[in-house]
Amino acid sequence: MGLLDQEFTDGNIVIAKTEDLFNWARLSSIWQVGFGLACCAIEMMATSASHYDFDRFGVIPRPSPRQSDAIIISGTVTFKMAIRIKRLYEQMPDPKYVISMGSCANCGGPYWEHGYHVLKGVDRVIPVDVYVPGCPPRPEALLEGLLKLQEKIRNESIVKKSA
Amino acid sequence: MKTAEEIFNLLKEKFGESVIELKTDVPVEQFVIVDPLSVDKICFFLRDDNELQFDSLMNLSGVDDANGEKVKDEQGLETISGGTLSVFYHLESTQLKHKLTIKTSTGREKPEVVTVTEVWKGADWHEREAYDMYGIVFLNHPDLRRILMPYDWEFGYPLRKDYKNPEFYQGMKVPY
Repeated sequence: MGLLDQEFTDGNIVIAKTEDLFNWARLSSIWQVGFGLACCAIEMMATSASHYDFDRFGVIPRPSPRQSDAIIISGTVTFKMAIRIKRLYEQMPDPKYVISMGSCANCGGPYWEHGYHVLKGVDRVIPVDVYVPGCPPRPEALLEGLLKLQEKIRNESIVKKSA
Repeated sequence: MKTAEEIFNLLKEKFGESVIELKTDVPVEQFVIVDPLSVDKICFFLRDDNELQFDSLMNLSGVDDANGEKVKDEQGLETISGGTLSVFYHLESTQLKHKLTIKTSTGREKPEVVTVTEVWKGADWHEREAYDMYGIVFLNHPDLRRILMPYDWEFGYPLRKDYKNPEFYQGMKVPY
């Protein structure tokens, strides 16, 4: 990433671009809102637990949206919940990221036709950065989604406006 | 232990007109059809009678019988006019080990059934669900609000056969 390639011989100083430093710091400690919705949340919790260990990527569940960097929408978004999700998202400080996990959050999943109570995709209320397919996705898939999000953050610019 | 027929005869003797019939030609357990405005009295008897002791309401659910007339409204959408909505009660006596199913039907245009929350406290949320999904009004219910759908859901009762989903709810698009 060009962060550690200009190390001085005495080992005390590293020279890097501010952009790289910021991005590296951000992508290495993505705190997610401690928040889950349905069966996908079980997989998300499994990903957080010791076997898959989300913490090795710096991801920890933070029980406050005001101190979180990302929100993983893990499950079926009902209309009742969609209003609350929007509020949670608005309470998060910038920069903030959204991972949509599983078919329900992506597009309504099995409820797409007859689900009178389900929002057909969380991207109808908040902007989504990474979509993770699956029903529910395995922990490996969620980890892949996180790596994709890290990739996105790594290439961000503080000068240019991100999409 | 009592069979549905024995219980029906007991009820018929005590409540007369309010107990309508015993349905026997069904592939599932036989059930007793009763009058919607006498359900509470009948249920009190079923619970308190020494020979019956139905102390547990296992389930209470609404049904849209969809036996009315199908008509097209101004916009060409199909709606059902007339006919009935029903409520089923599944009772069990944990003491005497017998079970009973009760059905009551009420008119679709003004569906009203007397609550059984006074008899079994657990009926409270079941009745709220039946109200939420079918619009069946339970008279004398202590807290008859929607339970699953949003409180401000004004587009009808989703499990009715002629229910139509709205285009938008609070600015969110509803159809796929």
